[in-house]
Amino acid sequence: MKAHLTRRYMFSASHRLHSDDMSEAENTVTYGKCNNPYGHGHNYALEVTVSGPVDESTGMVCNLVDLDGFVQREILQRFDLENLNTREEFVRTVPTTENLCTTIYDILQRGFTYAHLDKVRIEETMMNSFEYVGENCVIQ
Amino acid sequence: MVYLTRKAEFAASHYYHNPDFTAEENQRIFGKCNNPNGHGHNYTLEVTVKGEVDPRSGFVVDLRQLKEILHREVLDAMDHRFLNKEVPEFSAQIPTTENLAIAIWQRLVSKLNKAQLHRVRVYETPDLFVDFYGEA
Repeated sequence: MKAHLTRRYMFSASHRLHSDDMSEAENTVTYGKCNNPYGHGHNYALEVTVSGPVDESTGMVCNLVDLDGFVQREILQRFDLENLNTREEFVRTVPTTENLCTTIYDILQRGFTYAHLDKVRIEETMMNSFEYVGENCVIQ
Repeated sequence: MVYLTRKAEFAASHYYHNPDFTAEENQRIFGKCNNPNGHGHNYTLEVTVKGEVDPRSGFVVDLRQLKEILHREVLDAMDHRFLNKEVPEFSAQIPTTENLAIAIWQRLVSKLNKAQLHRVRVYETPDLFVDFYGEA
């Protein structure tokens, strides 16, 4: 039987929302306080949802040790306590939480092979959150 | 169609062990969860039902009935229990959060009449939960 497992992780990072394709005035209008050149930070909450048949011998969709290890190595070590704008992932894109969501989804989709990736959800603050389920999929 | 979610909490202990595995395999796969004396969690259960809103009552489901079913079928059987030893489903299955969500679904699905069971979500801790939608 198919189950969906969600694991929640925390990381902290800073960013500045600024597009080189826009004028200074446009950047200010579009991003407001988030355009502050010195940047600002958030405590992000990341939720990763994977799914698959529950293995009869282990009772698991996938071993949490594998999921935690992958996320620790490939996502938290990359982004925790970093300035997102200085990361290679955001050389060409603005580190909005939308782009962070799709970037993390792509890292998991490429590298995590133990279960099907359903969804990446990120809370930037307690007031806003973002979800990505890949292209052509609908959030359940 | 409207979806309604009811939350409940229960505390239980469990351990992970497959008698078909060697002691080394059990230890490697399940780690600290393999301790035969068990360990416990405060589980949070969310049961979501769906249905059309009854034009007379304005309800998708009578919450009092849903609460009664939840108590009778799930909480009375699992709250303050050692899942491996006291809940029949887990005499032959490992009481992982995945299997717990499936067992709770199976206990509830036939007991609901008007509203339809949509999802069972079981939080083992605030940072780990499993959803089961009745998928084969």
